[in-house]
Amino acid sequence: MVTVQESEYWRWPESIWVDESKNWQDAEVISCGIDLGSVSTQAVVMLDGELYAYANMRTGTSSAASAEKAVNAMLEKIGDMKRDDIHYIVGTGYGRVSIPFAQKTITEIACHGRGAVYVYGDKVRTVLDMGGQDLKAIKVDSRGKVINFLMNDKCAAGTGRGIEVVCDLLSIPITEAGQLSLQVDEEPEPVSTTCVVFAKSEILGLIRKGWGKERILAAFFNAVASRVVELLERVGVEPEFAITGGISKNIGVVKRIEDKLGLKALEPKYDPQLAGAIGAALFGRALYIKSKK
Amino acid sequence: MEVKVRPFDCWDDFKNYRIEYYKNYLEAKDKGGIRWAGSAWSFDPVPAGLGEDVYPLTGEPYGATAAFFREFSVRALETIERKGAARDLCGYMRNYWGSVAMDKYLLADGTEIEPFPKPDFNFTIHICCTHAKWYHYAAELEGGVPTYAVDISVGPGYQLDDKKIEYVVRQLEDAVTWMEKVTGREYDDELLIKAVENEAKSMTLWSKICKLNQAVPAPMEEKSMFSFYVMTLLRRSDEKVVKLYEKLYDEVESRVKRGIGALTHEQFRFVTDNPPPWPFLKVYRYLEQTYGAVSVGSIYTFGLGASWIGMDEKGENWIWEPAPTPEEAGYEIHDRRSALWWTAMFNLKYRASWQHEYSHWIRKQETLQMVKDWKADAIIMHLNRGCELWNMSTLEVRDYLVKNNVPVATYEGNMADPREFDEARTFNVIDSFMQSLGIEKLA
Repeated sequence: MVTVQESEYWRWPESIWVDESKNWQDAEVISCGIDLGSVSTQAVVMLDGELYAYANMRTGTSSAASAEKAVNAMLEKIGDMKRDDIHYIVGTGYGRVSIPFAQKTITEIACHGRGAVYVYGDKVRTVLDMGGQDLKAIKVDSRGKVINFLMNDKCAAGTGRGIEVVCDLLSIPITEAGQLSLQVDEEPEPVSTTCVVFAKSEILGLIRKGWGKERILAAFFNAVASRVVELLERVGVEPEFAITGGISKNIGVVKRIEDKLGLKALEPKYDPQLAGAIGAALFGRALYIKSKK
Repeated sequence: MEVKVRPFDCWDDFKNYRIEYYKNYLEAKDKGGIRWAGSAWSFDPVPAGLGEDVYPLTGEPYGATAAFFREFSVRALETIERKGAARDLCGYMRNYWGSVAMDKYLLADGTEIEPFPKPDFNFTIHICCTHAKWYHYAAELEGGVPTYAVDISVGPGYQLDDKKIEYVVRQLEDAVTWMEKVTGREYDDELLIKAVENEAKSMTLWSKICKLNQAVPAPMEEKSMFSFYVMTLLRRSDEKVVKLYEKLYDEVESRVKRGIGALTHEQFRFVTDNPPPWPFLKVYRYLEQTYGAVSVGSIYTFGLGASWIGMDEKGENWIWEPAPTPEEAGYEIHDRRSALWWTAMFNLKYRASWQHEYSHWIRKQETLQMVKDWKADAIIMHLNRGCELWNMSTLEVRDYLVKNNVPVATYEGNMADPREFDEARTFNVIDSFMQSLGIEKLA
């Protein structure tokens, strides 16, 4: 019998990080935010409103276990901090209601708004959150308070899940797809934007026609960008716009969105995939301070 | 502040009428009566001239009832899809067709009856891409039922003129002759006249009841209104429906005077637009119980079966004032022609839901004015995949309202297909929207 080792091209690397320059025991308020999304889970710890540690993991079949896994991985990396040392934990994201140890849940739209201001600075006014199964165009004020928002319709086309499907189909590691898609001389027409299944079957057709992977990715990301720009324009784009969520790391999508809008997205100070969890932790800090007054 | 609440005294009267309605249609032949089927927008007074034992089955409310009973609905939808119907057709229509194709008839309480009671004729209208085709294909499924559709696509009410009314009146005159032919009955103009007067009374009374909901606290929430407004779509030309609305008007007026509200804690008022997702009315309960948010009305429940002045003569502003009955307008109905003229004019000019199908602008004015008049804090819009007609300008209206500083939330669903609704996602949108407006959950 022949054993075939199959690669999981869609699988993006998990990561854990701690700011070794800080001592958490010096902090007055330790808050934690957990963004339990459909595809990934981020947990962050903030010390007096400053990012100290995070874990970015894949979401499993159990929301509670996924949250537990991310928080435990982060605490293990920190070393001597226990969950009880954290003053306030806020859950957000699709699975937020299933985080048993969260003291409060807040919607991811509110958290991404708040977190975007932290990640990008207080100039940001339009936030595009590109997550695993949702696209959200959010307008915020200088404090990150949500003024207005719109979500995509119920379809994975243009979301992280859609990109995973296409990377798997083309056998391209998801972390390389964005850069690869830019290696085309001429931008091809976009593929179908209405449904990820349609897009997949259209891509199969393009493979049969002999298209190279770069060109197919370009056509797909062109479609993703078109769909996103429609949503952004509906909510109204202001020049200070920022992208959060996992797809913000895909240069092929980001560049195309910028080209279509004729605008450059703001440069993040921190990993933009953490914005939701950071926003949750900031809300947690404020709630803790309020509770002590 | 806590508000006094109490159930509606006339609740059971409305409920019983609806139960009897579907039963009467079912049993019509046992009593030698006539059954007809058609859109809820059909000119319902016209078949009434065939006798006092004529019972309608209007398709949209039937489709909504079927959708409410999810298990039945999924069977009906899958049955008709196996026959080739596409999933993006009208949700009500697919439930109706599926029900006919399964040969199962649904009563208001969810009881299934076999076989589906075939109508003696179909009598409908045509305004969108669905209505006439609905009954053409239903007639085929039923093995051949005489079918008549009245084209009403003459433009909005404020541009109505005698020629346009005449175009519809002549179709209705032909319809009377056609009905006599297909039923073998002699037509009674006196019954028609009475039915036309009743129709106007029912529709105008419902408008007046809707107006009462401008009060704070609102005496009615929309989920209850769904049970009230539907009489204008089942059989508005029936004198019993007029009586029901008279009773409801008195009760709602009394609630307003006594400060009786729909919710104990009304901390947020909103309006809606499209038909609701009938299999998931819990959306409304969630808003009420979690946020003290009351839906005070919609262009759907107010506009579908009520009669309103609508756009002003210049076509600039929408006026949410009840339209006059023949008596109030000083119009004397004395024969078939004058009766048909009134019902044609009244529906074409004052039926709100027919006006906005012609123009985004009308729907924008209609919706914005509703937000203002009913003192709504926001609008929650249903991106309804189940009705092309209702959904065609939803997003244009959304953008217009946002520009006019009205907070808007949108959620996706289908009025009559339980397979097209994501409950968790919808509640997430609601929570996000409420949080963005600073509305706290009730303790």
